[in-house]
Amino acid sequence: MEIGLAHYLAVGAILFTIGIFGIFVNRKNVIIILMSVELILLSVNVNFVAFSAHLNDLAGQVFALFVLTVAAAEAAVGLAILVVYFRNRGDISVDHINLMKG
Amino acid sequence: MEFANLLPVIAFYLFAGSACFCALMVVIARNPVRSVLFLVATFFSVAALFVMLGAEFLAMLLVVVYVGAVAVLFLFVVMMLDVDFVELKQGFAEYLPLGGLLAFVLTVELIVLGATFRLPENVVAQVPIDPGVSNLEAFGLVLYTEYAFFFEAAGLILLVAMIGAILLTLTDKKGVKRQSVSAQVARTPKDGLKLVDVKPGEGII
Repeated sequence: MEIGLAHYLAVGAILFTIGIFGIFVNRKNVIIILMSVELILLSVNVNFVAFSAHLNDLAGQVFALFVLTVAAAEAAVGLAILVVYFRNRGDISVDHINLMKG
Repeated sequence: MEFANLLPVIAFYLFAGSACFCALMVVIARNPVRSVLFLVATFFSVAALFVMLGAEFLAMLLVVVYVGAVAVLFLFVVMMLDVDFVELKQGFAEYLPLGGLLAFVLTVELIVLGATFRLPENVVAQVPIDPGVSNLEAFGLVLYTEYAFFFEAAGLILLVAMIGAILLTLTDKKGVKRQSVSAQVARTPKDGLKLVDVKPGEGII
């Protein structure tokens, strides 16, 4: 038995769906939702690196590097928005975020 | 089967299982601090999988950037915000059946897709991996030449994110005395010195 591309794709798929599941069940907690988005981006990286190793092509790993950059920037801005929202409202419940529309 | 052949299989299932378990614990843990710690464990497990795939540089980056910076940032925010997390967990059981069903269907679909997917035979590698060059060196050879513009764009994204995060969280405090360099430099002896004629026997009140 050999560990091939399909095994790594399965890991990526499971991580991706756990991220979707996390967004689904934690409807109120923005912090967990941000962590779920990180999990989804991580699963994308797993797929990129798996294909890169399978096709013997470094381009996939370079692209995973850029995904990593965007994920870090997204986490920083998301958490900054979260801190501002908490400062204004005193809680981080997603239910009340629609108050921000005009 | 020989044990030496079995070892990579065992290692893969160990790291993959640990990654999936820790990822699941991230979303179902009651305490967000535990969620962040499980997120760190997930990143570690996936970094191990990256090492198994031969992507050592990305594995290192995952540990340094994610565990060292992003996860600590999450931990910092979780501990800084004084939120009643038990209240935020409400509605969890309500969405669990639908979310679980959706996640199960999606997982099965994606795994079947990944298992049956066949790449076309005539795929040409853009940047073929040279076995004689280390992963880090191979990265350096293409990142600053072929992908230089993308690299600079990534830097620009990080700059914008940094400015955005600072601008969002910066608050102007009232009543804080700040140094005004221009006012200090523009000051002349004429402004700072005042000559008063004091008559004998009187004060200068």
